[in-house]
Amino acid sequence: MKRPSIGAILFGLIPFAATCFSVSLWDRIYPMVLGLPFNFFWLILWLPLTPLCMWGAYRLEAPRTPEPPYREEGGAH
Amino acid sequence: MNPRLVALTITSGIVAVGSLVGFLARFHHKMDLEQWTVGGRGFGLVLVWLLMAGEIFTTFTFFGASGWAYSKGGPVLYILGYSPLIYVVSFFILPLVWEVGRKHCLQTQADFFQVRYGSTYLGAFVAFVGVVCLIPYVQIQVIGLGIIVEIASFGAIHRTPAMIIGFTLVAGFVFVSGVRGVAWVSVIKDLLLLAAAIFIGIAVPRIYFGGIGPMFAALVQAKPNHLVMPGATKDLGHMWYVTTVLMISFGFYMWPQYFAASFTARSARILRRNAVIMPLYCITMPLMFFVGLSALLIVPGLSSGDLSMLTIVRKTFPAWFLGVIGGAGALTAMVPAAIQLLTGATLYAKNLFRPILAPSMTDQQVAKLAKVMVLVLTSGAVVLAIYSSVSLVSLWLLGSAGVAQFFPGVVLGLFSKRVNSSGVFAGLVIGIAVAAFLMLTGRDPYHGLNPGFIALCFNFAVTGAVSLLTPVPTGGFDEKLPALGASPPRGSVSLP
Repeated sequence: MKRPSIGAILFGLIPFAATCFSVSLWDRIYPMVLGLPFNFFWLILWLPLTPLCMWGAYRLEAPRTPEPPYREEGGAH
Repeated sequence: MNPRLVALTITSGIVAVGSLVGFLARFHHKMDLEQWTVGGRGFGLVLVWLLMAGEIFTTFTFFGASGWAYSKGGPVLYILGYSPLIYVVSFFILPLVWEVGRKHCLQTQADFFQVRYGSTYLGAFVAFVGVVCLIPYVQIQVIGLGIIVEIASFGAIHRTPAMIIGFTLVAGFVFVSGVRGVAWVSVIKDLLLLAAAIFIGIAVPRIYFGGIGPMFAALVQAKPNHLVMPGATKDLGHMWYVTTVLMISFGFYMWPQYFAASFTARSARILRRNAVIMPLYCITMPLMFFVGLSALLIVPGLSSGDLSMLTIVRKTFPAWFLGVIGGAGALTAMVPAAIQLLTGATLYAKNLFRPILAPSMTDQQVAKLAKVMVLVLTSGAVVLAIYSSVSLVSLWLLGSAGVAQFFPGVVLGLFSKRVNSSGVFAGLVIGIAVAAFLMLTGRDPYHGLNPGFIALCFNFAVTGAVSLLTPVPTGGFDEKLPALGASPPRGSVSLP
């Protein structure tokens, strides 16, 4: 099976770093932004930023995949 | 006009229209097994989006999000943490799963294991675990629907008849239209849900506090600790957040129904694009949080947080609006339940019953058995919902941790040639045993960690170790294999 490119994986790691592993950095109330506690603001911010990262990954991956429509080429890749 | 009658009329109207759409979706499509389970692999971007969004936003997320914000506070952020990340993971996995599915005519998750690892028994085991995990999930939807209709009708309809009527309709349109019916009912449900969530999420804080900002300002004054982890809980801290978010983002698409939804897409590119845009749809989640947090200040002391949203809607808005929420909520229970039933029934008929008990069954007979199983599973879930009082949330969490154990088998199966059926089987058994032990003995979280995550670590280690100690597998996706499921009668799948 063809593995995803390193670049696409790095793009995918950005949201994980920003919203998962770094929790102790952003799980706080202050500074409040736009009336939201900082932790709520931060995670809401990543709802549009995650698609942005994945769009980058998509741009890297799309040319590597043969479609549309994908047809069986006879086994090995 | 009597408010009960208004709310009730609107709720039943929405449910009726939704179900009708589900029944009509079969038009122009001959319902063979391929069409019934995976929509003939012909869904474009919009239908895949609707199906995936429709089945992912269940009553559990809709009412659970406001409920956790109400009762637990800060830890509810894990929902907002994992929601975009499941699509990040799906971006890398689903297109490959789709590709394999296309090549080998896979219709279920168990098919994937059966073909990749060349073992009918592993496939049957995966199907068994999948069905066992799905049953409580359907049960949650049944109970959710009962509660919603009961509250939305001001108690005019008791929850038992509501559950029976609602799920007779669900079984009906699944039986008739299969996955196509589910996708089209999602259209109505998603439009209603999105509109309702945005409206309530903005209106409730505005009406009581003058806006979302002032609502938070009031909450920071009254209960500052509620808004950060561990919130109102003792042990749901940062390590719990990280391990839970990881476990769910890896495990989410391992739910057999979500996994199989990828087979409905017309191309792998559609799945990638879908993964890119889906996080935007998660905007309904924080809105549900706002409703739950407002409710904490306005109607404190509710016995169950899950009722906080409906309670505050009933207190704030006119009866007709409660009817709309009731209808949207009922469809929110029915759509995911429909796909869960369809998946469970197909897994049972195709991967458990046929290979083990009746290898000579044709695809037509499997399709018939699957349809009958829809009725059996529906009745079972409704009976369980009426007669059981077990904590369903814990059952759901156990199910999630259970299906997450498929992750090593799927990922290693896609990317590694070395992993084999013995390794995957051993890893699955250990993972499920560890998860079940920790959760059923009340060790959740275990030393601040998510038990499903701990189980997943054991699972990976055992899968790897056993695979390395046993012979290198033959077969796999790159070999020329007989296509699964597309052929006329055949014996047990002949794999090398």
